[in-house]
Amino acid sequence: MTTARGTVGLVPRRAKPRRVALGWAFVERQTNLWKRYWAWELVWLVYGVVNTLAITFIAKEAGRTGLADPAHVRDLTLFLLIGTLAWAYLSAILDDMSLVIMWERWEGTIEHTFMTPVSRVVHLLGMSVFAVLHATIRTALILACSLPFFRINLEHADWPTAALVVVVGSVSLVGLGICTAILPMLYPERGEQMSFMVQALVLLVSGVYYGIDILPGWLQAAAHLSPATYLLRGVRAAVIDGSSVAHQLRTLAILVVFGVVMVPASLALFAAAERWAKKTGRLKRLG
Amino acid sequence: MGSSLAAPDRGAVEQTVALDVRGVTKRFKRRAWRAPGRGRVPVRRQHTAVDDVSFRVGAGEIFGIIGSNGSGKSTLVRVLSTLLIPDAGEVLVFGRDALHEPLSVRPLLNRVSADPSFFRAMSPMENLLFFGRTYGLPGPEVRARSDRILRRLGLEPAKVDEPMLRMSRGQQQKVAIARAFLTSPRLMLLDEPTTGLDPRSRRDVQAFLTEVRERDDVAILLTTHDMEEAELLCDRIAFLAGGRIVAEGTPTELRRQVAARRGVAEVDMESVFMELTGREIEEDEESDDDG
Repeated sequence: MTTARGTVGLVPRRAKPRRVALGWAFVERQTNLWKRYWAWELVWLVYGVVNTLAITFIAKEAGRTGLADPAHVRDLTLFLLIGTLAWAYLSAILDDMSLVIMWERWEGTIEHTFMTPVSRVVHLLGMSVFAVLHATIRTALILACSLPFFRINLEHADWPTAALVVVVGSVSLVGLGICTAILPMLYPERGEQMSFMVQALVLLVSGVYYGIDILPGWLQAAAHLSPATYLLRGVRAAVIDGSSVAHQLRTLAILVVFGVVMVPASLALFAAAERWAKKTGRLKRLG
Repeated sequence: MGSSLAAPDRGAVEQTVALDVRGVTKRFKRRAWRAPGRGRVPVRRQHTAVDDVSFRVGAGEIFGIIGSNGSGKSTLVRVLSTLLIPDAGEVLVFGRDALHEPLSVRPLLNRVSADPSFFRAMSPMENLLFFGRTYGLPGPEVRARSDRILRRLGLEPAKVDEPMLRMSRGQQQKVAIARAFLTSPRLMLLDEPTTGLDPRSRRDVQAFLTEVRERDDVAILLTTHDMEEAELLCDRIAFLAGGRIVAEGTPTELRRQVAARRGVAEVDMESVFMELTGREIEEDEESDDDG
């Protein structure tokens, strides 16, 4: 049977492909889509820069009007700048991950992708790698465009520690992202809006633009369940106070625990949701 | 309906039977509204889309499933594609259990549906690169083989780097067929692959399928409501109505079942379908695959 194979459409069967190569297929595909939709990316970049400036200028205004002690204006500026940048990073990851299902439903490709011989773990991890790279590039561009607007002294910042916190924290953000990707699978009509709702809740409780101490007690409890709270705490401590890795071991340990729990849990939830969608016929439904 | 392919033991089946479908049933629950007296009350209704379907497809055989819209064809193809979990039954692809070991079955099969779905902003080559890589094919090999298949299907080389959204439906369907055959499937599921194509594109696709089957020994399951196409391509045909297979055999065998009453020369396949299923091919049945 194999002697004639390969004449028109078929290729000889090969050894089992490596998982990295299979996962790379998703990174490459998303990169191609990103290039084709460059105008959207430009829109999101402009929005991110404008949002960052609009919020960070509040610190300047607070210093000018005396609402904030002039000695603390630098810290307030950095506090808000880090908050907006962290939010840009986090929402880019959550957006990209929520598109795992939504985008493929729009295009109608979801069934073709789900019948490829790629395990869902490899599929989702491939999408996660792209999401983290995409979020990093977008956030770096927003930072580069925003910095010239503020005179900030960053000589105390401990950049390696800040980077380490972001890397460790990103693992748990990926777990959160996979959870949001489940919603459009379970709820074809409302899933997209529900994933926005998850983002809004994370924004509310994680201390993006204010310390979580000002929240009511029950919201403070919710804040401790959000990995973004610890990511922001760690980055701010490293950039504003120059806090080193040695001083941030607790924050890093908490983020590691979040990652170790959230990624396997989110993958298990996704598998259960996929099975349910395949039982009820919701995989291909558009709404 | 009995199959003409014998299966004395599991080992032999693995070599001769590409697809073995045993008693597959798929039901969907849906919410409906009942109006008892005052006000409407939600009730759960159950619809059986595929009802105890069994058949076999041999390696290198083209097996056609003919049914009207809503007869259960697409639901059945989704079950075979590991995209729907049936309520009952078994599906074996070259002896491997598609329901419990989907990852081991997926490299063996691929599918073309009536709707050629792609990432529309990407080019055919970018789409094919993605799908080829998910089957473990390296980029240069995907490019080389895609060029060859697309040329064979009559797609202009200049089109391969243009966004899919600038292509006609017929051109997109040719790329869909290239996507499916690129991955070296041993079992191909074709769900109305020529629906909506112009006559020339349809002929291109039909010639390609015949050529691939003859040269590469691929088993093909073809669902269609085009009787002419079914007769032209299929070795055996099953009629699906109300989710059940109501007749199965070679085109000649099916004609004979009806010809006893009217004479073979007077019987075309559409009449055979109407007589054996009690329905017209264009007649819509209840939607078969909503959830």
